Amino acid sequence: MKPAPFDYLAPSSIAEACQLLSEAGGGATILAGGQTLMPLLALRMSQPFILIDITRIAALKGVTRNAGITRIGPILRQNEAIADPTLAQAQPLIVTATRHVGHHQTRNRGTIGGSIALGEPAAELPATSVALGASLELTSTRGTRRIAAEEFYFGPYATALEPDELLTGIHVPEWQSGTVWMFREISQRPGDFGLVGLTGALTVKDGRIERAGIAWFGMGPTPIKARQVEAALLGQSINTLDPRALAELAIADTAPFDDHHASAEYRRTVGKRVFASALSETLNLRAAA
Amino acid sequence: MSQHQINLTINGRPHCSTVEGRLTLSDFLRGDAGYTGVHVGCEHGVCGACTVIVDGNAVRSCLMLAVQADGSKITTVEGLAADDGTLHPVQQAMKDECALQCGFCTPGIVMTLTALTNCANKPSGDTLVQAMSGHICRCTGYQGIKRAAMKLGGDAA
Repeated sequence: MKPAPFDYLAPSSIAEACQLLSEAGGGATILAGGQTLMPLLALRMSQPFILIDITRIAALKGVTRNAGITRIGPILRQNEAIADPTLAQAQPLIVTATRHVGHHQTRNRGTIGGSIALGEPAAELPATSVALGASLELTSTRGTRRIAAEEFYFGPYATALEPDELLTGIHVPEWQSGTVWMFREISQRPGDFGLVGLTGALTVKDGRIERAGIAWFGMGPTPIKARQVEAALLGQSINTLDPRALAELAIADTAPFDDHHASAEYRRTVGKRVFASALSETLNLRAAA
Repeated sequence: MSQHQINLTINGRPHCSTVEGRLTLSDFLRGDAGYTGVHVGCEHGVCGACTVIVDGNAVRSCLMLAVQADGSKITTVEGLAADDGTLHPVQQAMKDECALQCGFCTPGIVMTLTALTNCANKPSGDTLVQAMSGHICRCTGYQGIKRAAMKLGGDAA
C-alpha cells in the first residue's frame, strides 16, 4: 500500500459532504473516479488527512434536461456518459469529447465532474465546457454559486473552486438545431493527453454562422476560448469562408508552451492546420487544408 | 487512519474483511484475498496489468481503494476457467494466437477482453483492439494480442 495514511469518509448527501469539507479546513480532498487522484496518492504527491468519497451521493448522479439546459451530475462515469441516450441527443459534443478521455478502463471509473474540476490544460472536457458556454454549480456550507466554465480556470490544475466547495452540477446550454460540432485531437497514442486539441460548436442558419463556441486544449495553461475567431465567424456566409485565412486568427488567443512532447511552434503550426481542416470538414467546404 | 469493514464477492465467493482506508483494491486482492493473478506493475494506473472486473466493468484495481469495492462483485483471472480446467474463450483465443510472452500483462488484458465480450452488444475486433490501448506489454508482443482481440470480435486476424 503506497498512499500515506488518511481517514476515508463516504457521505451520502451533498450537505454532509460540504459539512465535512468545511470542518476539514482545507485538509480534505474529494475522491470521485480517482483516475487522477489515486496516482497522486500512490506517488505521495498528494497527502490529504481526509479523503471524502462522493461516489455514494445519489444526488450527484444523472442527466436531466430543463428549459434548454442539460444538467450533468458530476459523478456520472465517463463510459456512462458515452452510453447515455439523453446526453447523446442533447450534448453530442460532450459525448464525442468523452470518448477521447483516457482509456476504456479508466473511463469506467473516471467521472465527467472530476475531469472538469481538476483543470488539466490538455484535457478534453474542460475545453468542451468552455466552448459550449457551460456553467458550473459549486456548493459549500456557505451556499451555492454558479460560475461560467470560461472563468473557472486560472492555470494548470488551478481553478476557482475553493477548498470548502464541491462541484455539484454542470449546466450546459443546449445549442439549437442547425448546430454542427467539431472535435479534433492530435496525440501520440490513443488515450494520451492531446498535444493539440480543438473542440467547438457552430450554429448555421440560412447559410450564415449565427453562433460560434470554440476552444482549444493543450494550447496554453488553461482551456483557451478562441474569442477572436468566434467573433470573426459570426454572420459569415459559409459559402465565402476561407478556413486557411481564418487559421491564424484561430490560434491568436492561444499561449502554447514547449514540453518534451512538442514545441510551442509545432503546436501553433498543427493548430492552424487542425482548425482549417476541422472547419472545412464540419461545414462541408472545399478542401482547404 | 480509518479502518473499514467491507463485504464483497470475489469470483463468486463472499468475502468479509477489515481494511485500512488507504489500501488499494489491487493490494487487497493479492495480499488479503490471495488472488495473485492480479498483477501489480506500475501502481499508478499506466500499465493496466492489475485490471479486474468490478460489477461488469474492466477497471484498474490500483486506481481504486478496497473500501470503495464494498458491496461489489469482482472477477479476477482466477475466476475465468471452468473447474475442470477448460479455458475461458478469451484465454483460449490468447493461447491460440500466442498472445503472451512473459505473461505479466496477460491477466489484465484477459480481464478487459472478457468484460467487453460479455456485453450484450458484441464489440467488433477494432473496438477490442482500441481497448488494448489501456495495456502495456513490455515484451512488445502486441501482434499476437491484436490477433486474439480481432478473433474474439469475429474479425479475421
